[in-house]
Amino acid sequence: MHHLVIDRWSRGSSSLHQRDPRAKLAALLVFLVVLSTTRPAAQWAFIAYAALLIVAAHVARLPILGLAGRAALVLPFSATFALLTWWSGDSLRALALAEKSFLSGTAALLLVGTTPLTGWTAALESWRVPRMLILVIQFVYRYLFVIAEQVQRMRWAALCRGPQQRGFRLAAGLVGVLFARSWQRADGIYHAMLARGFRGRFVPAPPAPFRSSDALFFSTCLAGCLAIRILL
Amino acid sequence: MSRVIQVVGLRYRYPDGTQALDGIDFHLNSGESVALFGANGSGKTTFVLHLNGLLRGEGSIEICGMPLEDETLEQIRSKVGVVFQDSDEQLFMPTVLEDVAFGPLNLGLSPDDALTRARTVLKRVGMAHTFDRAPYHLSAGEKKRVAIAGVLAMDPEILVLDEPTTFLDPPTRRDLLTLLRGLPQAKVVVTHDANLARALTSRAVFFDQGRITGQGDVIEIIQRFHWEYS
Repeated sequence: MHHLVIDRWSRGSSSLHQRDPRAKLAALLVFLVVLSTTRPAAQWAFIAYAALLIVAAHVARLPILGLAGRAALVLPFSATFALLTWWSGDSLRALALAEKSFLSGTAALLLVGTTPLTGWTAALESWRVPRMLILVIQFVYRYLFVIAEQVQRMRWAALCRGPQQRGFRLAAGLVGVLFARSWQRADGIYHAMLARGFRGRFVPAPPAPFRSSDALFFSTCLAGCLAIRILL
Repeated sequence: MSRVIQVVGLRYRYPDGTQALDGIDFHLNSGESVALFGANGSGKTTFVLHLNGLLRGEGSIEICGMPLEDETLEQIRSKVGVVFQDSDEQLFMPTVLEDVAFGPLNLGLSPDDALTRARTVLKRVGMAHTFDRAPYHLSAGEKKRVAIAGVLAMDPEILVLDEPTTFLDPPTRRDLLTLLRGLPQAKVVVTHDANLARALTSRAVFFDQGRITGQGDVIEIIQRFHWEYS
């Protein structure tokens, strides 16, 4: 499963893994802003952004092909808009749209691949992102695995009772049962939380110190992104 | 011996109209362990969910001398630790250490004290090697131990264990049994496992259609209700 692999990546020990999550999150935001405002004609800039990400993946000791393969999952979504743009006669803009979505996906994966979930959600919390949103992210991430396992078991059970079962009817049945079970599970989790004294609010962990090496990392990223954006 | 649980005339009806509990009288003494037997749907789990106010029915419940009311709910939840049947529902935080510290933080301990307590309890249940691991990376037996640690971290006087050996292989069951026998708390154990009940409890209560139809020595109850595979 993708999120299990990424979870394993995030527990590495490279110098990029050791940077403060707030510095990495800020660097990602800078990268995304700079990337989204780059002109479609500046194709050398996209190559430079890609090179920047390859260097970062190399420093983090992450498999570049594995990273790119997972980031490519965003392409079917952006490809729809890229195709529409291409049909309207603006092929350069269509290409840039695909490039931007792929590079954005890769950069976001680099963040979650070098920062455990607790790290980047704590960074979001320190930036006053609504607690409820962070809780939803944490719960989705936590239970994605459990739900996916449940889907797998239900699919196997269905196939055991008829190898030819495929298509919409089977998928619709699985989704319906899964929804009911997820509802039940959510109820069980809430009971378990109440049983351990939950009163509607998670107690936040104290923030870790922001070191000078983290500031240096962010400054380097900021300078690199701005240099590419302005010079190319 | 002092009474830690005293339940009189407990009734509960689910919103769909099912009468799940129909006049339950039950008690538990300090340090005592009791098994709850009964067929699926007989009301055992519904009953234990009343013991820390997760469900609220008619009748009276006293925990450690305190009547279960809105005002005492917080204290009672720190006295009654519930270990749920499905550990995946109990382990919801991103790491094992954070999960075990969840209860102590809710009790008002400082983050440092809560983490210290979580580490101590995890060491006690033999899970010191899992501090930074994600709960979904653990085996079923490890998850159960961490779930127990999460409850022990709240320093409860009563442990409620709902089907604690479900999904566990025999060696893991044995290890879990050793762990549970070493815990000094009074225990209410919901189980179908007669071997576990014999090894862990001295008294048993038999549920049938929301009523207690028999109680007494655990071996006598197992024999009277034929509560074994053979």
